[in-house]
Amino acid sequence: MTVLAIKDLNVTFSTEGGQLHALKNVSFDVPERRIVGVVGESGCGKSTLINAILGLLADNGSIDAGSITFEGEDLTRLGPARMQELRGQRISTVFQDPMGALNPVLSVGRQMRNIQYRSGRSRSEKDARSEAMLRQVRIPDAQAALARYPHEFSGGMRQRVAIAMALMMKPALLIADEPTTALDATLEVATIELLRELQQDIACSVLFISHHLGVIAELCDDVVVMYAGEVVERGTTRQVFHTPRHPYARRLLECDPARQSGRTRHLPTIPGEIPDLRQRPPGCVFATRCDQRVDACDKVPPDVAVETGHVARCVLAEAR
Amino acid sequence: MSGILEIRDVEVTFEVGPLMRRRSILGVAGVSFDLHAGETFAIVGESGSGKTTLARAINGLQGISNGSIRFDEERIDTLGGRAMKPLRRRMSMMFQDPVGSLSPRMKVGNLIAEPFRIHGIVDKNPNVEVPRLLSLVGLTPEFADRYPHQLSGGQARRVGVARAIALNPALIIADEPTAGLDVSVQGEVLNLLNDLRERLGLAMIIITHNLHVVHHVADRMAVMYLGRFVEVGDTDEIFRAPRHPYTAALLSANPEPDPDKARDRIALPAEVPSLLARPAGCEFHSRCPWVAARCKSEAPEFVQSETRKVACHTPLEPGARPPAMEVTL
Ligand SMILES: Nc1ncnc2c1ncn2[C@@H]1O[C@H](COP(=O)(O)OP(=O)(O)OP(=O)(O)O)[C@@H](O)[C@H]1O
Ligand SMILES: Nc1ncnc2c1ncn2[C@@H]1O[C@H](COP(=O)(O)OP(=O)(O)OP(=O)(O)O)[C@@H](O)[C@H]1O
Ligand code: SF4
Ligand code: SF4
Ligand SMILES: [Mg+2]
Ligand SMILES: [Mg+2]
Repeated sequence: MTVLAIKDLNVTFSTEGGQLHALKNVSFDVPERRIVGVVGESGCGKSTLINAILGLLADNGSIDAGSITFEGEDLTRLGPARMQELRGQRISTVFQDPMGALNPVLSVGRQMRNIQYRSGRSRSEKDARSEAMLRQVRIPDAQAALARYPHEFSGGMRQRVAIAMALMMKPALLIADEPTTALDATLEVATIELLRELQQDIACSVLFISHHLGVIAELCDDVVVMYAGEVVERGTTRQVFHTPRHPYARRLLECDPARQSGRTRHLPTIPGEIPDLRQRPPGCVFATRCDQRVDACDKVPPDVAVETGHVARCVLAEAR
Repeated sequence: MSGILEIRDVEVTFEVGPLMRRRSILGVAGVSFDLHAGETFAIVGESGSGKTTLARAINGLQGISNGSIRFDEERIDTLGGRAMKPLRRRMSMMFQDPVGSLSPRMKVGNLIAEPFRIHGIVDKNPNVEVPRLLSLVGLTPEFADRYPHQLSGGQARRVGVARAIALNPALIIADEPTAGLDVSVQGEVLNLLNDLRERLGLAMIIITHNLHVVHHVADRMAVMYLGRFVEVGDTDEIFRAPRHPYTAALLSANPEPDPDKARDRIALPAEVPSLLARPAGCEFHSRCPWVAARCKSEAPEFVQSETRKVACHTPLEPGARPPAMEVTL
């Protein structure tokens, strides 16, 4: 079963300098009970993708084509009221800065009660459920914690409170945008282990965005690699990390300082710049930086299924 | 060799809580270190351990309640804002939030020329300096006409670097200079800082959560916990054989980009103590897998042995594994 299916999604922003094509023919699925990671260059459209799913694109942005099917409904056709209903109940979010999701002037218990406003539970049932949820994310002394305010928790605890709130209503999909970047390595791994455990418990799917390739490798079942608004490669985490087939994905993985054997002062990079998204190149979007380009790259490359579930948008990718 | 920066017993106190129940906490609780010209020093440690507060104190943006800070042998913590201003030419700061620290209504060209204006430098022509600095950070002159929101995350960081080096500083303090960047752009920013360090003899303090980055770029590193340094030493040596239990746990947690890698981690309870209730004895004892009776009452000294400084009663031997204990992650 597929929880979220994105098909040929195209998003543009109107800017002074013309139409900026931020997402181009983006397609991928988030299957039931799987954690799907999204990686790619800063500015490749990860936040735009999330905002499109949540119906929260900036005023100058629009979905020009494609569909986002969530539990059978096409989100691109829903009105704001229905979208608001889905957000927080069926689709929930965790962001890098948990303070953005928490109201600083309400106690954590009050906020957790508010999330359950449609549950039909009594007040004491709601509080019991909140307390159980806090205990599940291992907040010590959960009952007393309900009375505390967000700033009274440390950064790592606050992020776990935000996760507890996001999973409170047992959503079908959790969208997490860099939820662990502000944490030290010990809390980062504790948080991703917790996420994995809760995901299995609640049986939800997760769309997980991160620049930290180590975290993606450890947590995610599948990976989507984006470049300049396109999905250039997708597959299982093993397929993409062990046998990347798109030159950009390969270079990205090679640039990880974690992969440099021996200490080096000079870190590898991918020379060149991302193209101006207002004037997309006619052929392959990576061509100006690709060290393997051939004449055929002047045309738009096809999505090649190199293996079951492993797809690369490159003329050199071939099925094996 | 004398240091460019000499930090001694620095403390920063904050007043927190509602008016009637004010309490003070130590955000930085007695930190000392030296930094030499051309050296890169990394500070790691968890969220809230006081890294940014320490950086702000060095830069004079945050008053200190104890200790001393010397820059080029001159005591600077006692200088007021006005006397500090000329020093900021020689010591610049890259802030944690790159876009937020750039004024949204100013174009990039003006943002880069701003340090010259602030410091009343009239013998430099902005029409020359701005393109020079842009090219130093790998941006074309056209970028001078863009606004911050028209930049990608990586471009905004480069503008931050250009501003930081505009006045030829002797020291750069970079707070999370690569957070939110992909690995390729991260590499570009770090290489750029490293080139400048080599060419201009810059000293650098880098604050980051990314341990892989620390390993590659820093000569020496410090590990911070609850406002104190618990281990300081040569980066390579610390990565090879961490001696403080928190350092060992941190390094063992570092996620590796291989889905099939076997992970051998030192698990820590996730409960970080509050600054309002610092644990007695060794402040790491509530999470330490090696905790002994003595640790709960007696604070360890910060002991120097050879090139390493460690605050632990029983520093770890290389490759030490934690004794069996019950942990809740
Ligand atoms: N409201 C907007 N108006 C115009 N352009 C926009 C707008 N929002 C985003 N863009 C552009 O769309 C592209 C994708 O931006 P997006 O924020 O989705 O990238 P991202 O992958 O989330 O980057 P990062 O990793 O830096 O967070 C960028 O070129 C960006 O400049
Ligand atoms: N102005 C302030 N008033 C009160 N407390 C403060 C203030 N600034 C910082 N603190 C507290 O001091 C401690 C250290 O904060 P600091 O921002 O220096 O941490 P950090 O190590 O930089 O964390 P991060 O990795 O999240 O950036 C924290 O507990 C923080 O809540
Ligand atoms: S299509 Fe051509 S230019 Fe594009 S990634 Fe493949 S080889 Fe490189
Ligand atoms: S002094 Fe004791 S509690 Fe503190 S780090 Fe060392 S072994 Fe652990
Ligand atoms: Mg983003
Ligand atoms: Mg900080």
